[in-house]
Amino acid sequence: MAEANLQNTPARTQPNPKTRPKRKKIRSTDRLLAISFLLPSIVAVAVFVYGFIGWTGYVSLSKWHAILPDLSFAGLENYLTLFQNFRFQSDLRNTLIFTILFIAVVALLGQCLAVMIDKKIKAESLFRNIFLFPMALSFIVTGVVWRWVLNPSSGVNLLFDKLGWDLKWYTDTTIWPGIEIGKVTGGIPIALIAVVIAAVWQMTGFSLAMYLAGLRGIPEELKEAARMDGASEFQIYRKIILPMLRPITLSVIIIMAHISLKIFDLIYAMTGSGANFVTDMPGVYMFETTFRSHNYAEGGAIAIIMLLSVAIFIVPYLIHSRKGEQ
Amino acid sequence: MKKKWGIFAAILLTFSMILSACSSTSGGSSDKDKSGKLEIFSWWTAGGEADGLKALIKVFEKKQPDLKVNNAAVAGGAGTNAKAVLATRMQGGDPPSTFQVHGGAELMAWVNSDKMQPLNDLYKKNGWDDKFPKELINMVSKDSKIYAIPVDIHRGNVLFYNKKIFEDNHLEAPKTFDDFFKVADKLKAKGITPLALGDKEIWPATMLFENILLGKLGPDKYKALWTGGEPFDSPEVKESAEIFKKMLGYINDDHSSRAWQDASQLVADGKAAMNVMGDWAAGYYTSLNLKPNKDYGWIETPESDGDFMVITDTFGLPKGVKNEGDVKKFLTVLGSVEGQDAFNPLKGSIPARTDADPSKYDDYSKDAMKDFKSDALTPSLAHGSAAPESYLTKVNQAVNIFVTQKNVDQFIQSLKDASSELKK
Repeated sequence: MAEANLQNTPARTQPNPKTRPKRKKIRSTDRLLAISFLLPSIVAVAVFVYGFIGWTGYVSLSKWHAILPDLSFAGLENYLTLFQNFRFQSDLRNTLIFTILFIAVVALLGQCLAVMIDKKIKAESLFRNIFLFPMALSFIVTGVVWRWVLNPSSGVNLLFDKLGWDLKWYTDTTIWPGIEIGKVTGGIPIALIAVVIAAVWQMTGFSLAMYLAGLRGIPEELKEAARMDGASEFQIYRKIILPMLRPITLSVIIIMAHISLKIFDLIYAMTGSGANFVTDMPGVYMFETTFRSHNYAEGGAIAIIMLLSVAIFIVPYLIHSRKGEQ
Repeated sequence: MKKKWGIFAAILLTFSMILSACSSTSGGSSDKDKSGKLEIFSWWTAGGEADGLKALIKVFEKKQPDLKVNNAAVAGGAGTNAKAVLATRMQGGDPPSTFQVHGGAELMAWVNSDKMQPLNDLYKKNGWDDKFPKELINMVSKDSKIYAIPVDIHRGNVLFYNKKIFEDNHLEAPKTFDDFFKVADKLKAKGITPLALGDKEIWPATMLFENILLGKLGPDKYKALWTGGEPFDSPEVKESAEIFKKMLGYINDDHSSRAWQDASQLVADGKAAMNVMGDWAAGYYTSLNLKPNKDYGWIETPESDGDFMVITDTFGLPKGVKNEGDVKKFLTVLGSVEGQDAFNPLKGSIPARTDADPSKYDDYSKDAMKDFKSDALTPSLAHGSAAPESYLTKVNQAVNIFVTQKNVDQFIQSLKDASSELKK
């Protein structure tokens, strides 16, 4: 069949059969070869990624609440119960606050460190490595370490106690400023700040590396020209460097957002759900619902909501970068 | 022309590779079953538990030298990881030969899903019917069919206390809730944290509450709560919630950063006076080289004298295992005095049989074994024996909120709302 197509199509579609057929033929055999090489991975991705996403979506609309599967259709029931649930409402608040704080601090701190390192300081690579090292650890290790560092009765608090500061870190249950939204109190859970510190400690090195690459990519001539025109260093930074770093910032935000929206291991190792669910995240809730209480339908619903929340960030980025390529 | 054949061959090759990859995995697992290896699935991977399991397997292998045992223990999360793996395997039709499961509702989840086989013949053959307490056998039975062999017993309603603090302050271990609050007030006045709690994972707080329920309601009404015979908005349950709320006023500030061991540690270090925990805490104290009755003391939680909150690990026979006869041989050893006395002293638990040899156990366990024979046995909610996991999850959630918000009416309402899960 393939043979027939190869011989017939060029003659039918090309107006000038004398010169084109040969080239076209080579191109289509190349294409066929490429497809045949890509096919296994396409099939694998289709089944193991998109197939399973579809399956999760299907389960999330079912009545599968026990060990035995019950795949009868329940509509959006699972989603409705979730959104009325105190814990899930807390989770949504926590993810939102955590994501904003985490991305803001990582981007700002990474940029500041990158600018400082870019000043051609001595032992530059040493500093670069020091900041990058935490990234080599897993979130589990970070979680355990910071759990003890910020434990109210050990770690740095022994120092703060001497100064008369009584910091409760991740055991604090206050939410600032505390506006009632639905069943939960809206605002910034103070306990999350401890988690943000740990996450920032781990991921700042990554944003530093990205910003450093961005800074090195700005041609020296541009800055030189601005200096010749009498621009101050601050003006150069604001008018030249910052705008040119914008694509880097976008990438940092995208990468950090997908980490923070899916965060599980850091929370699991460091704080757990926390008193009154002040440090709970959808990932932890999903794990417990699915694998502890065997409520596969609700677990699936949480997973789908997490997927959608990440998609809100990723999809516009993909569209944007596709346009950029064209 | 040659090239086209080459492409064709390439496509064929890739497809056959995918196909063979699929078929080899499914072929592999069925081979494993046929080899007749006994696969013992548990979450006993470390410390005394792992040693106990090894000793038990040794006893079995001595008796059945031609049978090979595969110790398939999954580490982490106090069994939560193992339970997740187990659920996947059971659903995939690849059950282990036998697996660890808490007696009561947790086992019944598998029984109700039609995944387990009754073991009445094994009980009859070995004459076990009067060797285990009747109430314990009820916990592993449904419609007079027995589905599992209990191997160990832990007690959930124990209040551990620091002997030195109590002696220094001339205090008696509290027997009633009034005594408890008197003692707690005195300790608080001295600047000692009266009650240690470690609820980073919420179950220790749920345990504290279930023990208050047991004390206030008594064993019969307590058990009736889980079968729908006792309402959750009765005055006694409300009073229990009020007591729970009051107790939470005496706990350490950093409770939500501590695991149960860290709370036990507070008592061991003399930073807190009391801790309500299952008696695995006694095993933990032993590992810290603390002496029972000298460094730490214990008493039933207030007003639960004569009651025994049971947490029991059991093993059953899943449907669909190929080597049923061999599994039954293993279960026979598991239920024997010899097997239980090999396992339990190392784990720090007491045997489920009432005719085991007390001289092999330490002082705490001897005391617990004596009570186990005579006390009323009640299933633990926090450890999945009293109610289905779906209910427990909701209770844990309510407890977590209550520990911070301390709103009794809201708490009772959540318990009531969740009780629809009990009827499933």
